[in-house]
Amino acid sequence: MAADHPLEQWLGLTFPGLYALMATAHMHRYGTTEEQMAKVAVKNHRHGAKNPKAHLPKEITLEKALSSRVIAWPLKLYDCSLITDGASCLILTKPETAKKYTDTPVYIVGSGQASDTLSLYEREDLTTLKAASMAAQQAYHMAEVTPQQIDVAEVHDCFTIAEIIAYEDLGFCRRGEGGRLVDEEATSYGGKIPVNVSGGLKSKGHPVGASGVAQAYEIYLQLTGQAEGRQVEGAEIGLTHSVGGSGGTAVVHVYRRCG
Amino acid sequence: MAEPPTSIEDFYRSIAAGRLVAGRCKECGKLLVPPRPLCPNCYSTTFEEVQLKGKGKLVSYTIIHIAPPQFQTMTPYTIGIVELEEGPKLPGIIRSPGDTPLKIGQELTIDFEPQTAQTWPKWPRYFFKPI
Repeated sequence: MAADHPLEQWLGLTFPGLYALMATAHMHRYGTTEEQMAKVAVKNHRHGAKNPKAHLPKEITLEKALSSRVIAWPLKLYDCSLITDGASCLILTKPETAKKYTDTPVYIVGSGQASDTLSLYEREDLTTLKAASMAAQQAYHMAEVTPQQIDVAEVHDCFTIAEIIAYEDLGFCRRGEGGRLVDEEATSYGGKIPVNVSGGLKSKGHPVGASGVAQAYEIYLQLTGQAEGRQVEGAEIGLTHSVGGSGGTAVVHVYRRCG
Repeated sequence: MAEPPTSIEDFYRSIAAGRLVAGRCKECGKLLVPPRPLCPNCYSTTFEEVQLKGKGKLVSYTIIHIAPPQFQTMTPYTIGIVELEEGPKLPGIIRSPGDTPLKIGQELTIDFEPQTAQTWPKWPRYFFKPI
């Protein structure tokens, strides 16, 4: 279930419309701009162009993103992720068993999950996904790491504003500074905390049910040095952030490489 | 005395009659819009009907350009979330005369329209407009 059916959907509110409501609120409170959101799309397409498994592995310009057709203002075509067919899988087991399959397993060291109302209108604050914030705190606590220790992250960029909000919910920056993080290219490949090096849902694609495991797969590649042209050098600690129901549920995992 | 409203059907029945109603929890006083059978705050199941003024402030909005088939004849249309004077929030279509740009925080009031649609959705409609 992705949205409140009898009220929000029957009013004519679409899925991009839900995230557009978050975007408008974020722009109003923090001064986040349409250009900053477009920069998320440009970054993720640049990343995805280096991923041979990406759905849309092509670079786009800022002008192209900003001038694309309006879907649900302030969100435009290039603010939206893709609708993709795809599959992903992982082998999840205990550490002793993992050694039978590989010398370099990746360990899940932190796991958090939280939920919120599905209906956007009932949430306390539209500029954050409270469930994602809570899930992140649980995962960091269990992993005994801070956001600043994360070397590489895959976040649920179903819309560009979702990635900006994810930076804040995950503690990569303070509340309201997500847009600035994009301006500073801190989340680009080569930046302080590279986010969605795979291309994310935006360029790699969004095969909804497979997207979460695909994030874990990317972090596995990164922490085992197999990400080839998009490898984050020396990555030891990774994170995935996955969202359902426009923030009705969120799951955050922290991973550590072997040895 | 009429049964208190406890469902989305009760909510839309009131909208059809030109009234915006909430269910007020008899235990904790929480106002539920739309009404529902269980209080999410204290789990009580006893409610009374409260008629709301339908006035509030705009919390956020979007302008839908690409719409589902049933709504395509309306595009572009604006949907916002309104924080009602009594406290609860409610989403709704916003009609601004002459397409005057909206401002977050501006005051809006509810209005109702007769149900004329021949196809889904057949629910009675309400919308908000600037005061």
